[in-house]
Amino acid sequence: MIKITEKHIDVQKVIDTVSSLAAGAVNVFVGTVRNNAKGKNVVWLEYEAYETMAVAEIRKIIDEASQRWPLLGWAVSHRIGTLKPGEVSVVVAVSTPHRKDSFEACQFIIDTLKEKAPIWKKEVFENGEEWVSARPELAAKA
Amino acid sequence: MKLKIKAFGVTKDYLGGKEAVIELKGQTVGDLRAELNERYPQLLGLRSLYIAVNRDYADENQMLALTDEIALIPPVSGG
Repeated sequence: MIKITEKHIDVQKVIDTVSSLAAGAVNVFVGTVRNNAKGKNVVWLEYEAYETMAVAEIRKIIDEASQRWPLLGWAVSHRIGTLKPGEVSVVVAVSTPHRKDSFEACQFIIDTLKEKAPIWKKEVFENGEEWVSARPELAAKA
Repeated sequence: MKLKIKAFGVTKDYLGGKEAVIELKGQTVGDLRAELNERYPQLLGLRSLYIAVNRDYADENQMLALTDEIALIPPVSGG
């Protein structure tokens, strides 16, 4: 299941979609909104996605993960829109026969998603806003 | 040819909206990049800028057609 949604993500529901009687491990990554960045208070984040391409890119990542690890189930759910500190922005869940594969596959999926999926976030501070990592001088400080 | 360009993230601010129309003399992604850089020099200040054609990252020498879905992909920051 790949989902880009403006609605609150129910982590348990994502986990339920990967459950399998053949699985000995379910591994879940939950990304949450941090209340600070570059020493400033984050009031909220604005997430935006190029949805059709993001789904296509995530599917490619899942395909690659499926070739490298014996995935029994997998799910990726990503929030877009306005998120406050503490809210869940992304959930990746995988199930595999044994735990080592589940850790590796889950980490590969979230790391590659962050690198390739066309999804962006803007940090909104008390006195300004900034698209994350867009320009070199800001990336260097991050 | 006249191409419709989708903008995301910070490129929306640079292009002045979610979509821009570019009159392109050349035919490739590289030609489009040169045209965009000339028209919107702020793009040159980005850490990276990919151009997606039909929902896939494109090479600079890829040929463009009127019906292509073209999008600007500034540095991504999902997760």
